[in-house]
Amino acid sequence: MQTIFSIAVDALAYGMVLFVISIGLSVTMGLMRVVNLAHGAFAMIGGYIASYAARDLGLGYGFAVLIAVFGTILIAIPVERLLYRRIYGAPELTQVLMTIGITFCIIGITNFVFGPTLKTIPLPAELQGSVDLGFRSIATQRLFAIVCGLAVALALWYLVERTSFGIKLRAAVDDAAMAAALGVKTEIVYAVSFAIAVGLAAFGGVVGAELLPVEPYYALRYMVTFLVVVSVGGAGSIPGALLACLLLGGIDTAGRYLMPEFGEFFFYLAVIAIVCIFPRGLAGRAK
Amino acid sequence: MALLTNRESAAAPRRSSRYSRDLIGIAVILVFAVLGYLLFPNNLALLTRITAIALLVLSLDLVTGYCGVATLGHAALFGAGAYAAGMAAVHGGITEPVSMVVIGALGGAAAGLISGLVILRAHGLPQLVLSIAIIHLFHEAANKASSWTGGSDGLSGIAPDPLLGLFAFDLWGRTAYVFGIVLLLAVFIVLRQLVRSPFGMLCRGIKEDPIRIRAMGGSVQATLIRMYVISGAVAGIGGALSAVSTQVVGLDSLSFTLSAESLVMLVLGGTGSLYGALIGTLAFMWFEDLVSAANPFHWLTMVGVLLIAVVLFAPRGLFGTASALAARLWKGRP
Repeated sequence: MQTIFSIAVDALAYGMVLFVISIGLSVTMGLMRVVNLAHGAFAMIGGYIASYAARDLGLGYGFAVLIAVFGTILIAIPVERLLYRRIYGAPELTQVLMTIGITFCIIGITNFVFGPTLKTIPLPAELQGSVDLGFRSIATQRLFAIVCGLAVALALWYLVERTSFGIKLRAAVDDAAMAAALGVKTEIVYAVSFAIAVGLAAFGGVVGAELLPVEPYYALRYMVTFLVVVSVGGAGSIPGALLACLLLGGIDTAGRYLMPEFGEFFFYLAVIAIVCIFPRGLAGRAK
Repeated sequence: MALLTNRESAAAPRRSSRYSRDLIGIAVILVFAVLGYLLFPNNLALLTRITAIALLVLSLDLVTGYCGVATLGHAALFGAGAYAAGMAAVHGGITEPVSMVVIGALGGAAAGLISGLVILRAHGLPQLVLSIAIIHLFHEAANKASSWTGGSDGLSGIAPDPLLGLFAFDLWGRTAYVFGIVLLLAVFIVLRQLVRSPFGMLCRGIKEDPIRIRAMGGSVQATLIRMYVISGAVAGIGGALSAVSTQVVGLDSLSFTLSAESLVMLVLGGTGSLYGALIGTLAFMWFEDLVSAANPFHWLTMVGVLLIAVVLFAPRGLFGTASALAARLWKGRP
């Protein structure tokens, strides 16, 4: 019972962190049709900035998160303008190569600037320790990650379904040319959603630093995981991504707890099964 | 009349010029191989490694360059060949190098069949994800079956017999190098014929427009799977060569990194041409050996910059860009 409960909590926390990071990827992939393997690198940059702000500058945790999110967006803007612009609409192979190249560069530069060691983000006193739920106690940090994931999911749902920006976004996802003809400034929609995606990646990188430790190879190690989650969920779908994160997070965590010697065997087996059964993802729409 | 003779004379040498171009290509490979042997007698292990990887990149070119299947899991076929040859030697007692290569080719072909059946079920992004899942699955399976594969320690104790009973595999790697070059040349000649055959043309047609091929009565899926099996055999030969020459098979031969690197080499050289695959491998491995000796992280940055530059400025790769330039110069001549 104790094992099942801790698996459930860890799986939920892990799934939520995955969700916060990969939902941005899902949106940009659905919107701009770019296979962005460098998304994890932006999460890593967020983690590094937060670590620098909180540990070396001694700022508060909340401040560090804010600086991480906006700093990462600032770094991402020139990258988007100079590099991503040129691969919109290009074949997948080109996009994969370009974004792998960007990832490699970011890893190399990060290592050059911050060194190859693991970086920690010191937690404030409120997030340390554990919360007593009456029958069990769970680590506050896990609870915080879960709450953050839920908040992001709700906020995104509101943004996409209830605001005028969301309407424009959905229109551009469905048919960019038609939306532009009807007066939607798709360029701005693209830019804003790219910024949101990168900001969310950075946020997820900071919040999930306890589960996905920040080090130079972060971008390469989890690159595939994020891509897999988006593909399984179906690009561009928030509920699909949430479902995929919870499902895959559960399978991965349960596999690690119960059969650690198999590593990620069951994770990838599940991925193959799901992609074969739902080639467009769990919540993907037919083109 | 003059026009007619002109056209005839233009058409007649075309076929023979194709073969003479192949001969030139083979001669160039041989010259490079001999030069490598003479100039770097202490570095033959690296050159043999390049040869083995060149076989992997050639096989990747068959599915990515000629069939248009984007895959990030091609090292699965290479590693399957390496492990098949290695396990045949260690557990099966088959230490004759040529039979080890044949077993490696069979193992690679089997892995090609499996991954082809899985990967070809989807297109675009899901296809990429399936290929990534395949390579990780192979990796974890090899790690788990450690009684057979040696797990993370690697499969060691491969002791191949002398080649043809005459040439022992020496400490300097001379025999392994010559063996590798002979294998590479043989595979290259077979593949030149293959990509020019009607089957090769059908594959290119599928890359251009699968719907039209289907409308013309061609079977897209069956053709692609056949190509995948052939590609698996080629990659398996490369894997077996690496097992024979290094006498050890590690889990890194089944890694995502190797898959991604082989794709980078292919694109660097130029997809859709066998020469491009060879040039890309040589350039990349050479460069890696130079730079990564200094600092592996600088190497990563350099590869990243190189990739971005290739995508932006030379999307057809080194060979494609060079041959386009040459063609323009040729035309520019009076």
